[in-house]
Amino acid sequence: MNVVRRGLGNAVVQAFLVVIGLVWLTPLAGLFLSSLRSAEDTAKGGWWTVFTSPGQLSFDNYSALLENSGITQAFWNTVLISVPTTVLVVVVAALAGYAFAWLDFPAREPIFLVVVALLVVPVQIGLLPVAKLFGQLGLFGTIPGVVLFHVAYGLPFAVFLLRNYFAEIPKEMLEAARMDGGSEWRIFTRLVLPVGRPAIASLAIFQFLWVWNDMLVALLFADSSSQPLTVQLQSQIRQFGSNIDVLAPGAFLSLVVPVVVFFAFQRHFVQGVMAGSVK
Amino acid sequence: MTATMVKEASPPAPVPPGGARGRRLRRRGRVIALLFVFPALLLLGALVVYPVLFSIGRSFFDASGNEFVGGENYAEMFRDPTNLKAVRNTAIWVVVAPTLLTGLGLVLAVLVEKVRWATAFKLLLFMPMAVSFLAAGIIFRLAYDQDPDKGVLNAAVVSVHDAFKGTSSYPTARARDGEGEGLTKQADGSYVTGADVSPGGTATLGLVGVAPKDLPGDARPAAPAAADAAGSDEVRGVVYLDFTPGGGGKPGVVDPEESGLPGMTVEAVRDGKTVAETTTGADGSFSFTGLDSGSYAMKLPSANFAAPYEGISWLGPALVTPAIIGAYLWIWTGFAMVLIGAGLAALPRDALEAARMDGANEWQIFRRITVPLLAPVLTVVFVTLVINVMKVFDLVYIIAPGPVQEDATVLATQMWLVSFGGGNNQGLGSALGVLLLLLVIPAMVFNVRRFKRSQR
Repeated sequence: MNVVRRGLGNAVVQAFLVVIGLVWLTPLAGLFLSSLRSAEDTAKGGWWTVFTSPGQLSFDNYSALLENSGITQAFWNTVLISVPTTVLVVVVAALAGYAFAWLDFPAREPIFLVVVALLVVPVQIGLLPVAKLFGQLGLFGTIPGVVLFHVAYGLPFAVFLLRNYFAEIPKEMLEAARMDGGSEWRIFTRLVLPVGRPAIASLAIFQFLWVWNDMLVALLFADSSSQPLTVQLQSQIRQFGSNIDVLAPGAFLSLVVPVVVFFAFQRHFVQGVMAGSVK
Repeated sequence: MTATMVKEASPPAPVPPGGARGRRLRRRGRVIALLFVFPALLLLGALVVYPVLFSIGRSFFDASGNEFVGGENYAEMFRDPTNLKAVRNTAIWVVVAPTLLTGLGLVLAVLVEKVRWATAFKLLLFMPMAVSFLAAGIIFRLAYDQDPDKGVLNAAVVSVHDAFKGTSSYPTARARDGEGEGLTKQADGSYVTGADVSPGGTATLGLVGVAPKDLPGDARPAAPAAADAAGSDEVRGVVYLDFTPGGGGKPGVVDPEESGLPGMTVEAVRDGKTVAETTTGADGSFSFTGLDSGSYAMKLPSANFAAPYEGISWLGPALVTPAIIGAYLWIWTGFAMVLIGAGLAALPRDALEAARMDGANEWQIFRRITVPLLAPVLTVVFVTLVINVMKVFDLVYIIAPGPVQEDATVLATQMWLVSFGGGNNQGLGSALGVLLLLLVIPAMVFNVRRFKRSQR
């Protein structure tokens, strides 16, 4: 009796989860199928009509997208923004994280507490003053400007994460290296970085996706020649979804990179997001 | 520096491995340490700390930045209806989204433990975290589209509605003015003939205004059926489209090419009361049998002509915020579920087993043991979500259509619109930014405290 009821309960649970899974999958499937349909078909009926007339599907929208210089340029801009940002954040934060964990300098503890406090500072508060500053420095509207802003606002979390990870390195290990006459630089590159690789990987993936997916910062700091895919697509959104044949493949193109990264590095990604959620 | 000199002036001490060389080494160590932290501190100082201070100062000046206005910008925030709307919407977001997410995450985390494909399910729900708000915004603009031929949600809503309420096939159909069988339009939108049909008689009800391409696929010519004679206790007739494609038909006559109107509801009315109801066949024919003798009126109820159900205006002013919160749930539920699931895995198994041994059912275990033990994890998830929800920008900016942007606005979008999006009031914009900062200060204090405690 009890077994039967438990079996029945489990079937209900399974059914419920399947429904939830389908609900989660549907919007994404809708975007993908929409991206494979012509503007005329889209005007006639919803993406679900492809199940009855699969002849609508073609990659024409994607080939049109690849010939659209605005979109391809924006795609490369996205790469040129997110890759250097990721590298810089990792390098600068690793240096600082090591210093905060193991080197001695005045006011080390209070400064680190300030870094911890900066974790939750909203990006919004920096937009206006930094825009003015960049205007004076000639960085406004350029890719380096966007990168610098992202690096600065990625640093509190990055320094926090790496300092805490590096602090767990056994003291004896570092002292042994120092006894052997290794310089701090040598210890940093030969010992700390390799040991810290898991944390660095999580940080790098999190940071990369964060910047790849950003729209707000680039909306302000990038101009038409340096804008990433998100901003380019945002500018194409019109009323009544009349240009789904451009938006849908564009959105799909922009999400394919993060989703591939997600599936390739699931564990690091989940850890990075979990750790980064304090932001 | 002074400390060093004082030490040097003191009487010679035994020279340990430290001494002058040690001091020089220590000073060198500090220089190296400063070189390590310098890039980070420079960037943080110039691009984070300085802007915070600048914005606080700027928020006390007017739009031009020349005149000191004290707290005027902050007063304006709670006076101007649009800004007030932003404050209110942010409050709704902060209360609703984290609560729903934590609840949903908890339920799913508990349930997913019971199935074998838990990992696949978690991956699927977590995946939207990798998708940009922009892409999610486009996905949901599409899903929420008002047109049931574009938006999947309204397509579902309309088909469910039509399944229960029936669909009207001829919203555009109408009778010819002053001709035909004398169908007259009633105030409620229905059409009736005069009360002059008796059993044994026939009626031909002609309508116009239906484009041939809008006819149902199974519609057939009405003429053969119109020629059929009625039985003695029967009223027969056809409802047809009184229009010959290509011309040549006569108004009020069922010409050979004219199509029947299938699926039309017809009522037989006597003394103002409906006594029988039927639906037309593929050739538009209908028949009432077993009628008492007397005269009847034929009625085409208004439901035949009702405008089609349009679905729900998801992105209209009333529902836009709940709709965007729905999109937010799609993105963040996986996060809540995975984090709570990790907490669940760390629960002491024996407590749960003991309860099961004592005969507690699953619901009691969930309510009395799982939830209380998970409370700390749930708090962390909730607080994390609150911090993130406060700053929500992209999703609102993308999903809310232009005309309802004001109804959907939250602090972050309002700050953007006021400062850069046409408002160009950087004083008020700074004040909104400072308000956002003030709202996250509890989280800031929480983080600092937690860190200090962990260092002890």
